[in-house]
Amino acid sequence: MFPLLSLITYAPLAGVVAILALKLFGGNEAKSAETSKWVALIVTLATLALSVVMVVEFDPKNPGFQFVEEAPWFMGLSYRMGIDGISVLFVLLTAFLMPICIAASWTSIDKRVHEYLIAFLLLETLVIGVFCALDIVLFYVFFEFGLVPMFLIIGIWGGQRRVYAAFKFFLYTLLGSVLMLAAILFMIGTSGTSSIPELMTHHFAPEVQTWLWLAFFASFAVKMPMWPVHTWLPDAHVEAPTAGSVILAGILLKMGGYGFLRFSLPMFPNASDYFTPLVFAMSAIAVVYTSLIAFRQTDMKKLIAYSSVAHMGLVTMGIFSGNAEGEQGAIYQMLSHGVISGALFLCVGVVYDRMHTREIKFYGGLVTRMPMYAAIFMLFTMGNVGLPGTSGFVGEILSMVGVYQVSTWTAIVAASGVILSAVYMLTLYRGVVFGPMTNPKLAAIQDLNWREVAIFAPLIVSTLYLGIQPNSVFNLTSASVDQLVRVYQAAIGG
Amino acid sequence: MDPQALVTIILFGPLIGAAVAGLFGKVIGDKPSMAVTTGFLFLSAILSWVVFSQWTWGGLEPFTLTYAPFIHVGDFISNWSFRLDGLSAVMLVVVTTVSSLVHLYSWGYMADDPAKPRFFAYLSLFTFAMLALISAADFMQLFFGWEGVGLASYLLIGFWHHKATANAASIKAFVVNRVGDFGFALGIMTAYWAFGTIEFAKLFPLIAPAVGEGWDFAGGHFSLIDLTCALLFVGAMGKSAQFFLHTWLPDAMEGPTPVSALIHAATMVTAGVYMVCLLSPLFEYAPVAKNIVTVIGAVTALFAATVGLTQNDIKRVIAYSTCSQLGYMFFAAGVGAYQAAMFHLFTHAFFKALLFLGAGSVIHGMAHEQDMRRYGALQKFLPITYAVMTIGTIAITGLGIPGIEIGFAGFYSKDAIIHAAYEAGGAGHPMGYFAFGIGILVAGLTAFYSWRVAFFTFNGHARWTPEDLEHHWHNRDHAHGDDHAHADAAHAESHSEPDTDHVHAGHGDHGHGHDHQPHESPWTMRIPLIVLSLGAIFAGFLFHHQFIGEHNADFWKGAIFHAPVAHEGGGEHHAPLWVVWAPLVVSVGGLLVAAYMYIWREGLGAKLAANQGLLYVFFYNKWFVDEIYQATFVRGAKLLGDLFWKGGDQKIIDGLGPDGVSALSVKVGKGAGRLQSGYVYHYAFVMLLGVAGLLTYALWAWAV
Repeated sequence: MFPLLSLITYAPLAGVVAILALKLFGGNEAKSAETSKWVALIVTLATLALSVVMVVEFDPKNPGFQFVEEAPWFMGLSYRMGIDGISVLFVLLTAFLMPICIAASWTSIDKRVHEYLIAFLLLETLVIGVFCALDIVLFYVFFEFGLVPMFLIIGIWGGQRRVYAAFKFFLYTLLGSVLMLAAILFMIGTSGTSSIPELMTHHFAPEVQTWLWLAFFASFAVKMPMWPVHTWLPDAHVEAPTAGSVILAGILLKMGGYGFLRFSLPMFPNASDYFTPLVFAMSAIAVVYTSLIAFRQTDMKKLIAYSSVAHMGLVTMGIFSGNAEGEQGAIYQMLSHGVISGALFLCVGVVYDRMHTREIKFYGGLVTRMPMYAAIFMLFTMGNVGLPGTSGFVGEILSMVGVYQVSTWTAIVAASGVILSAVYMLTLYRGVVFGPMTNPKLAAIQDLNWREVAIFAPLIVSTLYLGIQPNSVFNLTSASVDQLVRVYQAAIGG
Repeated sequence: MDPQALVTIILFGPLIGAAVAGLFGKVIGDKPSMAVTTGFLFLSAILSWVVFSQWTWGGLEPFTLTYAPFIHVGDFISNWSFRLDGLSAVMLVVVTTVSSLVHLYSWGYMADDPAKPRFFAYLSLFTFAMLALISAADFMQLFFGWEGVGLASYLLIGFWHHKATANAASIKAFVVNRVGDFGFALGIMTAYWAFGTIEFAKLFPLIAPAVGEGWDFAGGHFSLIDLTCALLFVGAMGKSAQFFLHTWLPDAMEGPTPVSALIHAATMVTAGVYMVCLLSPLFEYAPVAKNIVTVIGAVTALFAATVGLTQNDIKRVIAYSTCSQLGYMFFAAGVGAYQAAMFHLFTHAFFKALLFLGAGSVIHGMAHEQDMRRYGALQKFLPITYAVMTIGTIAITGLGIPGIEIGFAGFYSKDAIIHAAYEAGGAGHPMGYFAFGIGILVAGLTAFYSWRVAFFTFNGHARWTPEDLEHHWHNRDHAHGDDHAHADAAHAESHSEPDTDHVHAGHGDHGHGHDHQPHESPWTMRIPLIVLSLGAIFAGFLFHHQFIGEHNADFWKGAIFHAPVAHEGGGEHHAPLWVVWAPLVVSVGGLLVAAYMYIWREGLGAKLAANQGLLYVFFYNKWFVDEIYQATFVRGAKLLGDLFWKGGDQKIIDGLGPDGVSALSVKVGKGAGRLQSGYVYHYAFVMLLGVAGLLTYALWAWAV
């Protein structure tokens, strides 16, 4: 069997090697940095091309794992890779966002360019690895080492308080994952296998499930992030460079949701069922609490970061609804949020690159000088408030529909998010784009250049296409999701 | 062509127009953008009338055309489709007719606005969303259209985006509508949860067997169907600006006047009424929800009319009038007279669009002055506007002769509603008499405020001087100049002023320079006025047999459902004589009072206002609803937001959690003098070592 997944996962490493060579032997620093950008772009585009091949070759009728690779590793562990209808989307999303990140950093990163690009390419390998790994130790390695490049991206290329933010990020996530590691080792010890598909069919005793669930939860809840362990995210976003925010919001947050779907639900169904009220409560609080906070922000990035937490609240409640509508909604919401929040951070980056401030008050009236920017920003604003016709709507309504069947009150609280998101997003948009242009510093600000338009173009197309034709995604996911729901419901006797 | 092809062209034509003007407007220029959007709209309007005639006289049967799947998850199935039935056939002609005329009118009204392609693109986008709304065959497409028209409304209210008031109004409109949509979405979820489908055709047959299902809670029985309908109605309240969720509509007048006519009078705001009629198979089994609809409708009719009595901004009066007329439609639907509600929606579209566009013509002629206290004696300057506004006023006040059934458009539909409410009262629904009483009272108030607008504007003495108008122009030019100072002169957009068409003294009616006299509008504006006044005169007379006559079932062809016990809509023959004549009497009364106060004893109105009577202050301040909302919801949200942010996140969570450790690390960093990336490398290295070490140790301990 052709190791397509390994090829996709490690393809970015080829770029790492090439850029390292350029760094060491490339001579002129500036010139080799320029070449390195092209190398990184081409490598990420090639990875995207391979992922498209993967989606085309993917059999949507097969609910199980596909493109499976298996080889002995060390100490009795195996190297196992494979994807199902859920992970295939995340691999594609990662490969899709990476070239955008490289292109978005083209001019805004001017120090340690080689290292920056290497960090991104390493990150791509590790993140794709997370979604492809079918061995729990392998998963953990990818999951945990993924922290490192992100930590560096924030800590080196970040803003004023980058060390604080990086450290906060590190503390939170590491704390969670230490517990997860202990749980993983216990699972291997009791079940005698580290294979994820085998663990999914292994029945852990309900009281054991409770502890294991909590240990995994500690890690995934931080990653999502769920209320009240979300406070690292706004700081991380504010300090991260634009592309770092895109990856953080677009992909790293999704690792938490993916973890719930891959581990918590199938491996600890009884504990998941038991803790569902807890998850619902935390999610519902997240929606209202962080939306209200977002409304009061004066920093554009912080506002969008808080908005992300609110949107992730819908994801977690959708996942734990345990029905097809909820799961599909949650998965779709993650996919859509990856595109829309990434695009929103890029929108912030566009003006930040020009004016070097993210204060909403600094701006105003940009539409007179930047009509194209205004139109694009409007589209993603509407996507973020979940306007039907954009991808944001589909995930939102389906998660709420799913949750409504299990817990009406949770759905009602969550639905109030549709009001609040309109409040903070439209306020943000008005402050930046509308109104009279009173700040004289803005008088010469330029509209988007062709590079920026090229970056936004795929995001615009995805937002609209996913908003109008969501069924093309459900066709990919439905077999796996239906099986997940069936097994889960059987396990909890529902 | 077969009707399937026709409706497809009707639906997608405006979308193509919007895309061309919106995406390529700058490239192809103003005139082509306007021509392509207006052209597609007129095409849609003509084809809509073809479909409507086939429906009314040609025996066209209902059908649903499916274009593509939208969402298929489990039983949650939605398709992109076009559902043609009696209700959507009516809405097709209403939407496309008014929209095409408004497109044409905007050629004149927006003549010198620098952002014409954007304006026309929004108008056409709105029309597409509205058509998607009315042709939905399931809740998801309905919701798509519902929020789509909301988006267009938001964009058009805030069209002059340099104005702080316009921006505030557009956000308010979107947010208040979202409050409605919150209820709407929950209604959809309840329906899906209860019946397992969101497709109308599958849902409706499941309703009757579900009667009686519900919960006993707190000593009462709560019916499932009632709950569903009540939640869905919250959506209708938002979109149709019913009491509690009405506050956005008057503010929406910040948008250009053609927008007010199209979206905030004739079409979008009627979507709530349309939804209730469309869902008659649900509402018919929801007596409590129907009572809610009736009461909210009646209260809105009264509330808006009382506020309308006192306002001085010509557009705001008409906006409150719209709100009030929508109240009529709702209480008609609430008492089960869906036909009468739809008929009033139909006739109202003509005369209210006419009144708005007429007001726009006055505003256009008066240097964008909207305060009626600065009008007066305009009839000889604006003869055509005067004529059509008078027709519109007669139509809205419902003048007609009950005995021989001849009258203007509003006569047929409004009287049908009032009679239906009376009959419902007679049939044992106390809310019927309540609505009937309010209906009669409000008919009088409607006549007063409508004639007040007409007389205040066109009759009496001029309360403006040529110098006023000159001053107005001057201010505009001046403000315009200021704007150049701020922005780069080459790129300064002249849409910094609402309607700058006079700044450049561009068009023929007042030639070069300002003649400082009110002037009649160009033909592009006059033609729509004349066409709409024909509608305001004849729409009732021509169509009342179909909509509310004896054989209305042949017209609706099953689109409107009546539970077996409910009475038939319309039916003016059952009402006693005094009920038949009462609307006319109060309406003439309102006319006479208005004439007395604004013609015979000119100045009496101003004197009364200056007295600041308690009732006047209450009405003038819109029952203080905005103030109450500001003090509770807006302030509350800000307070909570700050509390959660500074108290919850910063003090409690961070304070107890990571800040202890993090602060320490920052201190260490500061102590070292500079926060160099070198330290970050150290952290990362330690982290890597830590993870690797932990992993290795654990593997040895466990796996071996």
